[in-house]
Order: sequence, then C-alpha cells, then structure tokens
Amino acid sequence: MPPGGPAPRRDLTGIWDGGLAGIGGSAGEAEREKARAPFTALGEELARRNRPGNGPRMVPVSEINDPLSTMGDPSGFPRLVTFELRLLQIEHTPRQVLMLHMFEKRWRVIWTDGRQLPKDPDPRWYGYSVGRWEDDYTFVVQTVGMDDRTWVDNSGNPHSTALRVEERYHRVNQNTIELTVMIDDPQVYTKPWMARNRLPLRLMPPDTDIMEMIPSASEAQAYRQVISSQAK
Amino acid sequence: MRDTLLGVVVAAAGLLTIPAATAAHHGAATFDTGREITLKGVVTEWIWSNPHCFLKFDAKDETGTVRQWAAEVQNPVTMTIRGWARTSFKAGDEITITLQPVKSGAPVGRIRSVVLPSGQTLYGEPPAAPK
Repeated sequence: MPPGGPAPRRDLTGIWDGGLAGIGGSAGEAEREKARAPFTALGEELARRNRPGNGPRMVPVSEINDPLSTMGDPSGFPRLVTFELRLLQIEHTPRQVLMLHMFEKRWRVIWTDGRQLPKDPDPRWYGYSVGRWEDDYTFVVQTVGMDDRTWVDNSGNPHSTALRVEERYHRVNQNTIELTVMIDDPQVYTKPWMARNRLPLRLMPPDTDIMEMIPSASEAQAYRQVISSQAK
Repeated sequence: MRDTLLGVVVAAAGLLTIPAATAAHHGAATFDTGREITLKGVVTEWIWSNPHCFLKFDAKDETGTVRQWAAEVQNPVTMTIRGWARTSFKAGDEITITLQPVKSGAPVGRIRSVVLPSGQTLYGEPPAAPK
C-alpha cells in the first residue's frame, strides 16, 4: 500500500508542503541553473540587467535589484513556484482549481471549465491559467500572459511576455504530489527547460494553520536602509 | 495547549527536517563566511520583518568607541521555527552576539548566535546534528 493509501482520482485537495527544496535558496538555485537552457541574444541582454542575490550572477546584498526583495513587488508567476514555494493549499470548485499560497498570501485561479487561454492578453503578475486532467492522477496547467518585470526565479533569470509555463501536478499517492515546471520562452531561451523536476509535495494535516509571510514594500525599504546600504 | 499550538505552527512551516543550510533571498556574497566575531552589546531595536529580521545594537570596538551594529537572520516564519519571536529582544537588553561580519568592514553582519540576558542562547542557524 503506498504511503497514506492510493491516490484519489482527480483530486489535489489539501495543504501541501515542498519542504526546504520548495523554498529554494542557494542550493536550489544551483540545481536549477544546471537545467536552464542557454539564453538567446535577447536573453543575455535581459539577464545582464538583473542583479540577483542567488545563482551564478549573484551580487552582494548592496547591489541586488530584485524587484521582490528590494521594492516589495509581487514575486509573480512562475517565481511563486520556483522560489519560496512554502505551504500551498489547493481547493477545487466546479469551474476552477484554486491555489492558495502561504508566501505573499497569494492565490491563483486555474480555470477548468474548458476555456482557451487568451490569444493576446494584457500581462498580469500571475498570468492566465487553464488546467485539465491528462489522466486521473495528473493535472496539467498552462499559463501565459506574465508581466515581464518579474523574474523566473531567485537567480534573476528573465522572461518575456511570450513566456509559456506548464505545471504538472502528479498525484503519486494519498500523501504525495510531484510538481514539474517547464519554462518555454523562445525569445529568451534557446529551448524549453525544466525549472522543477518532480518536486515532492507532502500532504499536511487538515488543521494546519498556514502562517503569514508577506514581503511588504515598507519592510523591504527598512531592510535596504539598515542592512543593504550599510553593507557596502 | 501551548505545546499543541507550537506543534501546529512547526508543522505549518514544514521545516521539521531543515538542515543547517538555509534558504534566503540572497546568498553569502556579502559576508565573510570564514570569520566569526563575538561582541557584547546593548540592543537598540529588534525588527521582525521580511525578507530578513534584523537586530540593531551598540557595541564597543577595540578602541572603546561605540559602534551601531545591525545583524540579520532569516524571515519571521523560519525564525519562529527556530524558537525566535517578535518579543525575543527589547531595547536595553545586554547581549553577547556572535556574527559573520560583512567583508567591507561595516558594522553589519549575519547572526550566528545570541546569548540573552536570561542566559538562553538563540541560534541563527539550527545547531548541526550530532554525527
């Protein structure tokens, strides 16, 4: 019998935790960089503008220009699932799958009513998402229309508004989902690449209290004034 | 009841098995990771915030001059799991703090541990597990 029992059919309901690997940090970014596809010429140019706190282009704290940590901008998508993927509550409605994230106290709507993705969307921080069950245990989400001010991850990997992201939530058993995330942005990367490779998400007790973790603009400013600016 | 609540909070952060390596919004490029210094100081302010909590304190240098330090740890969620709290410090607390300073020589660092007036020690990172 698999841990906790067999996977229920077409059901991701629950509170899920990706553990340390979900959060990211230096080790996670190093692993992702091995998987990253080479940049196009535009990608090289965009990457040079970003001065991240992690990864191969990491700079000292005083030089970081991460819009999330220095200005309190939204992390955006797909960064919400590549970095600081902390507790995640998933709920199903008749037309949607809702993903409620601890980090930023942010939610995403994945439409499951059969609609198509918009053809020429106005960019959004978290894009437009539709999902379908590929089989009884694999939920596949396609997302387009992401705002190109956001980063793909904590290494400052850039993207254009042409970015398309595929997430695969594979329910392995009652207690485990494996999350795989593919990045496809032909303007910035020479080929699609895998930003998450079957990250295990553990099912948490149903009474788990999801803590608050909101990177506010005022707190980012205070950190810059006291730590970043003095650390030069 | 308190134990029950703590258990739920620990589970909620999902970090029960977190190793010494830590996640952060930035890496270690700024810090002199091969060096640790220990200072006796007086807390002036404790900021419980994202992306990092930080402690401001005054400490004398080797010439007797008081320097105003600021030293960071991780975010409130992670530090809660490690036993820290919004109320861990108050202005005027006399502490003994061990930190990794920044490479530039500025009075800024990353906290390794702090001994509180009560004698309790708080650790910036979880102590390494016995081998």
